[in-house]
Amino acid sequence: MGSPMEMNGGSVIAMTGKDCVAIASDLRLGQQAVGLSADFEKVFPINNQLYVGLPGFATDTYTLREHLRFRVNMYRMKEEREITPKTFAHLLSSTLYEKRFGPYFIEPVIAGIPAPSAIDPDPKPFICNMDTIGCITTPKDFVVAGTATDKLYGVAEGLWEPDLEPEDLFETISQTLLAAVDRDCISGWGAVVHVITKDKIITRHLKGRMD
Amino acid sequence: MSAPGGGGAYSFSLTTFSPSGKLVQIEHALAAVSGGQTSLGIKAKNGVVLATEKKTPSPLVDDSSLEKVAMICPNIGFVYAGMGPDYRVLVAKARKIAQSYWKVYGEYPPVKVLVADVAAVMQKATQSGGVRPYGISLLVCGWDNHRGQSLYQIDPSGSFWAWKASAIGKNMSNAKTFLEKRYSDDISLEDAIHTALLTLKEGFEGEMTEKTIEIGIASVPTAEQMEVKSGERLPATFRKLSEAEVRDYLAL
Repeated sequence: MGSPMEMNGGSVIAMTGKDCVAIASDLRLGQQAVGLSADFEKVFPINNQLYVGLPGFATDTYTLREHLRFRVNMYRMKEEREITPKTFAHLLSSTLYEKRFGPYFIEPVIAGIPAPSAIDPDPKPFICNMDTIGCITTPKDFVVAGTATDKLYGVAEGLWEPDLEPEDLFETISQTLLAAVDRDCISGWGAVVHVITKDKIITRHLKGRMD
Repeated sequence: MSAPGGGGAYSFSLTTFSPSGKLVQIEHALAAVSGGQTSLGIKAKNGVVLATEKKTPSPLVDDSSLEKVAMICPNIGFVYAGMGPDYRVLVAKARKIAQSYWKVYGEYPPVKVLVADVAAVMQKATQSGGVRPYGISLLVCGWDNHRGQSLYQIDPSGSFWAWKASAIGKNMSNAKTFLEKRYSDDISLEDAIHTALLTLKEGFEGEMTEKTIEIGIASVPTAEQMEVKSGERLPATFRKLSEAEVRDYLAL
């Protein structure tokens, strides 16, 4: 049957810009080489400033999304505040490590902008990814995950540059994702891109090759 | 049959309401608190101070092993009035709560969240079988990114409030009246420490020295101090004053 990581296909990427972050996923859901759906989004909002991408085994995408919805709603009620991207990353990390010896087959990607506070009035954009058992990596430029990981790295290394404005960042992440998933049989079939800025979120659906 | 303390038949089982709607055991616990040594807390504009008297029953007691002000996690401290042994149990539980929060979220709990969790532990002891309520009130001070500096009181019933300044224990009503007169919203931490000592002095029996006073402070950090440097931990915002520091404050 093969590895659960490559069973359904799909990829996610996140990039930082100047006072903005972008996160994008393809839309394919498949059963091995057979494509089943072209509207399977893998990126979900946590709050107004924070998104999480959950590529990997599709059933775990759903399970984790619902579990995180529960945890974040409980957090919001108990703490009377929104969870920050960094805190959410730790929450997800510990959630994954709880299943250390029978993990969710998901490699999450997180992108968000923390809300300004008294101690940090001008917070920096936040991106990170982690492995299936919750080991966090926080690079400055971009993070990728999913079946097109190695292609995404290649294109992103070439296209990304620092301090992109929201519209330029949108173009960069879109071209990176579309180019990479065209070289992966089990990713693609369209894409969705979210650009998060301090005061708004731009969500756009992209058409892609359907072969 | 009547129970000691004059609570009547309803004073034995703490989970049984008296006809007037009281849980008499909780009132007995509050009596234990108001017999305890005085502790107080004052919230200032750049921090919070906790202070308490630490008197030993005999001059032969080695007071170096006594600790009344306790750090729970790097941003939160406790002090109490009432039964010492119950305090130690709650401090241990609170530290464990703080560390399990850290394990999940990678940061220490905001003061209000820790207070609510500790209050839940104390509430449980008013509703479970075979236990008695904790015989203490707590003053909790701390700083967090969300609400800034704050001061809370938790009672044996499990109820909790936020204060600008408050006192618990033997001299609490006098001390509160004194604090009401002295308190202002723009008091600095330095002034608050002096006010705390001045308040303790009211009704203090014996001599106030660095051996008979304990002080803990939570201070508001600068943005620079809260900057995350890789491989380093954030500095603590709560700390206890050393005996030398207490001596200096007493001398002024």
